[in-house]
Amino acid sequence: MFKPFRILYRIYVDGFRNIGITGKSLLIVLAVKLFIMFAILKIFFFPNFLKQNFDNDAERSDHVINQITNTK
Amino acid sequence: MNEIDISLVDWSRAQFALTAIYHWLFVPLTLGLSFIMAITESIYVRTGNEEWKKMTKFWMKLFGINFVIGAATGIILEFEFGTNWSNYSWIVGDIFGAPLAVEGIMAFFLESTFIVVMFFGWNKVSKGFHLLSTWLVAVGSNLSALWILVANGWMNYPVGMEFNPETARSEMVSFWDLVLSPYSVNKFLHTVSSSYVVAALFVVGVSSWFLLKGRHVLLAKRSIMVASVFGLISALFVALTGDGSAYHVAQKQPAKLAAIEGLYEGQEGAGLVLFGVLRDSRNFNAESNYHFKVEIPGLLSLLGYRDANAYVPGMRDLIYGNKIRGIEGVHEKMEKGRLAVTSLAEYKAARKKGDNVGAEAALATFREFYNYIGYGYIDDPESIIPPIPLTFYSFHIMVALGFYFILLFAILLFFMIKKKLEGKKWLLRVALLSIPLGYLSSQLGWVVAELGRQPWAIQDILPVHKATSHLDTSAVIVTFILFAVLFTALLIAEIRIMTRAIKNGPKE
Repeated sequence: MFKPFRILYRIYVDGFRNIGITGKSLLIVLAVKLFIMFAILKIFFFPNFLKQNFDNDAERSDHVINQITNTK
Repeated sequence: MNEIDISLVDWSRAQFALTAIYHWLFVPLTLGLSFIMAITESIYVRTGNEEWKKMTKFWMKLFGINFVIGAATGIILEFEFGTNWSNYSWIVGDIFGAPLAVEGIMAFFLESTFIVVMFFGWNKVSKGFHLLSTWLVAVGSNLSALWILVANGWMNYPVGMEFNPETARSEMVSFWDLVLSPYSVNKFLHTVSSSYVVAALFVVGVSSWFLLKGRHVLLAKRSIMVASVFGLISALFVALTGDGSAYHVAQKQPAKLAAIEGLYEGQEGAGLVLFGVLRDSRNFNAESNYHFKVEIPGLLSLLGYRDANAYVPGMRDLIYGNKIRGIEGVHEKMEKGRLAVTSLAEYKAARKKGDNVGAEAALATFREFYNYIGYGYIDDPESIIPPIPLTFYSFHIMVALGFYFILLFAILLFFMIKKKLEGKKWLLRVALLSIPLGYLSSQLGWVVAELGRQPWAIQDILPVHKATSHLDTSAVIVTFILFAVLFTALLIAEIRIMTRAIKNGPKE
């Protein structure tokens, strides 16, 4: 392996292996947070509105144009 | 289907504001503490004194806690763009794409390499390379903020783009106009320097607590010295860039300036309200809108136009127009805006029918009045004035706190140099209690910037109610509550882990 990458790899491995109690608590918080954000919120609550409702960019453009040319 | 429920707009606004406020609780400390660590580590590398290394590692630990808990909270805002603000996202996608892509790539490389070296690389890489990594983390995280703030600056002052009526997208015509827009550059400098002040207050406050408890005295005194100098320079720079903000807002967003300064009637030699209590704030025809006020004559004209006698338009001028001063009223702008909107519809209809001549004519009208298009969606001329009391008081409290911070850092430095700080218990308590004030002023700055931009999502181009997706309001309320719970839990986790780490102090 290219030397700088090997050093970086060792830093990663040793760093996480010797992590303290605070570090472990933080990693748990981080994992739970990312799970909630990407596996729950993003999938079930935050679909991309235009991607979900329209098949292609032309339809999406038409939709947005309809929205912004309606002054109500 | 086409009419947007106003409660949907308000809940979408509230949801975005909530997530942005929580996100911004984490960001300033990351931006500022990274430089304070880099400074203390530089002193360690230069002197070889292990006490500076211990200090660096202690602040690095607190930085790490804040960084990990705050990481990815900004991604929620991107989720909301796609779901709640789909019209807006579609229209600005090409503009925001480039800066946000640069930000993403930069954050990835920064976080996957230099932050890891910074935390885990002690004694595994050379002192010099470790120091370089710490500086790169500081510079990189601040540059990350640059791209976000460029995007935000563009919403306040849209430059370097052209709207494509075929695709309904704003397309970038000049990357450098976008990035080097004076509005955005000033916004970046003002925001990051105010974040340095927040971080300096945090370091000074935590160190003061150590001094009050008689623990880690040397570390605390040195930290206060470094943070006070850093904080004082930053706070002075905040005042300087705040002056730049006033100038740019006066040129580009006069309604925002009039609202934050509570200026109802335009004036030559307009004064800056030092302190005042508003009354009947939405009555634009009242004889007076103040219970009382104290102002410095001519200062608003000087700050906004670099001339103490310059005319500053008031809210009445901006709503009803002032022919003598050449200020267009909202009614005239609404007519031009409606021409832009209808000509866009005519252009699309003509294109569909294959009527090229009709399409060309409609396009020419559209281009002529495009800069007014946002006013085509405005029904009530008075609605172009943002909420006045909240912006007015937020601005004045923020400015007062800004000057208080300058004074606090100067006094701390004075007693540090005189070697009398340890005996000044009252000052140490004041410094400790000032930690939340830094966060408060930083949040108030965003309230002024974002609430002061209302009713616009993109200044003069797209009002907020046209930027919103047609969603079920109850779905937005549910996600609002979910975010409130999630972010509050994260904040509690941060405070608990942080206070535990502070109580434990640096490793001996």
